[in-house]
Amino acid sequence: MFDLDRWREIFQSINKNKLRSIMSGFTVAFAILLFTLLFGVVSGLKNTFEGAFVDNAVNSMFVRVWKTTKPFNGLQSGRRIQLKNPDYDYIAEKYDSKIDLMTARIFKNFSISYKNKQDNYSITAVHPDHQFLEKTIITEGRYINQLDINESSKVIVIGRLVKSDLFGQKPALGKRVNVGGISYKVIGVFSDDGGDNEERISYIPVTTAQKLYGNNDYLNQIRIGYNEDLNLDEAIAFGKLVERDMRSKLDIHPDDQSALSVRNMAEVSKGVDVFMIALFFIVIFIGSGTLIAGIIGISNIMIFVIKERTKEFGIRKALGAKPSSIVGMVVQESVLITTIAGYLGLTLGTYVLSLIGNSLEKDYFIKDPSVSQGLVVGATFVLIISGLIAALVPARKASQIKPVVALRAD
Amino acid sequence: MIRINNLHKSYPIGKDSLHVLKGIDLHIKEGEFVSIMGSSGSGKSTLLNIVGLLDEHDEGDYFLNGQEIKNLNEKKGAVLRNKFLGFVFQSFNLISYKTALENVSLPLYYKGVSRKERQKIALDYLDKVGLKDWASHLPNELSGGQKQRVAIARALVTQPKVVLADEPTGALDSTTTDSVMDLLKDINNEGMTVFVITHEEEVADQTKRIVRLKDGIIISDTINIQRNPVKTV
Repeated sequence: MFDLDRWREIFQSINKNKLRSIMSGFTVAFAILLFTLLFGVVSGLKNTFEGAFVDNAVNSMFVRVWKTTKPFNGLQSGRRIQLKNPDYDYIAEKYDSKIDLMTARIFKNFSISYKNKQDNYSITAVHPDHQFLEKTIITEGRYINQLDINESSKVIVIGRLVKSDLFGQKPALGKRVNVGGISYKVIGVFSDDGGDNEERISYIPVTTAQKLYGNNDYLNQIRIGYNEDLNLDEAIAFGKLVERDMRSKLDIHPDDQSALSVRNMAEVSKGVDVFMIALFFIVIFIGSGTLIAGIIGISNIMIFVIKERTKEFGIRKALGAKPSSIVGMVVQESVLITTIAGYLGLTLGTYVLSLIGNSLEKDYFIKDPSVSQGLVVGATFVLIISGLIAALVPARKASQIKPVVALRAD
Repeated sequence: MIRINNLHKSYPIGKDSLHVLKGIDLHIKEGEFVSIMGSSGSGKSTLLNIVGLLDEHDEGDYFLNGQEIKNLNEKKGAVLRNKFLGFVFQSFNLISYKTALENVSLPLYYKGVSRKERQKIALDYLDKVGLKDWASHLPNELSGGQKQRVAIARALVTQPKVVLADEPTGALDSTTTDSVMDLLKDINNEGMTVFVITHEEEVADQTKRIVRLKDGIIISDTINIQRNPVKTV
């Protein structure tokens, strides 16, 4: 392989036949360029889709209720369904082994004021686990804890934007704010990757909300973070089970989607998975098609080149060239050209992808497009092998032509 | 050097076959200067191709340098050609993208001679054919006579046993024909066996032995006394 004379022969042949070499190189470089761009763009799409779910824990589901639309068990339609503490406790006890995190949610709207500043904000009453299910990031102080729940403490965790509205640059921790006429102590400030709206919320303990605003045991939503050991299908089955249980417990018609639904992130992510798999196969199909087109291109060129050089091979053989030396020369030349051209195509493709960067994220949902190292190496390998085969087959045939026939060729 | 007994060769043409050589017996000793004369279609080129191991015979025996040539594969053929034979073709058959020097040194490359050695030997032989100053020129920068002299240098560079020349002057004018033939005579005078194929009487006249071929058989085999004063019949 490392015969310097052989390399000299090859470089001379490439040098003296520039057009031919550039043509075959271009075919390969272009195929690889397209291949890289295609995979890069798809990886960008994938990044966007995966990014869309970072805000909420993936292994979670919501139990939500509205009004019934179907009569059931002697009860009329149009009945408002209300989740209560016993429903919460029922799920928590029954599915203890499958549940990692659990919280109730009560939605309120109040004006919050501090000194002379005041505005209306959404307030959500929650259990401590809500922090992890919502992926709330505590930047100062602490979140609501079990003690706050037990004692129905008048404490509040405010969003980053609530804090900057009311306190500006001044510290908020330990200060007391007025929430709908009741004084709360600020125990924490949080931020959230979900965007500005999520940072305009404030959190208070569930029990506090129930006691102070109606003195009942009403809940708006129950949110469950199931065990991460459950796979997607098990998680979906679990969601269905909870839905069925809750329906029978609350006397809701089994088909009444409008009265109660369980929104399971597992189903959403399964949908995305299916979409990504479909996309993956489409890309594999088109990508390998592009590669195959490149391979066919270089095969055609090699067949032509070898036909063109038949007479030269005849001369070489008359002078004492063995068939193997002719095959070796042609194959080495082809592999060299495909490798260099393939590398150029890859480099150019990766460069273009890095230029694109995040500029297409807004309009085309392409975020940080890139190709993996393994894919790059694999594609290059496929090319080298195909360059080898594209040259090997016709070269072997040509090398077996009797010199007398080869010399007559033009 | 070359011993051929009852050699036959046919080429398939569609379903029929064309019987080109119909039993050739020929014995060429070392140092001879032989020309094969014949009109086109007489089978002389076929004979040279078989002698030069560029083609295979169907029937009969062929011994080259005492070695029987039979069922040669391409690899063995290549080695034998490189070792024993030098070719001069009518159409020169130089590689167009290689300089004169590179063309001459190519057989040495296949012989496995080192690059430095190759260039030195090749330059010596180019000097011998009077083209030292043209070493770095490409074939298309040379005249027909110069190309053929490069080809002769290439045929000689491995110091073969036999030089085979297929119509070496076929593409040349009379002046350059004479210079090429003078070169072949010089080579023969140095002891090399030279085997020329031609249809020109003037060319054959300058060789020492003339074999005439017609329709695939030898019709005459004469010593050219004029050119062979030493040996007598």
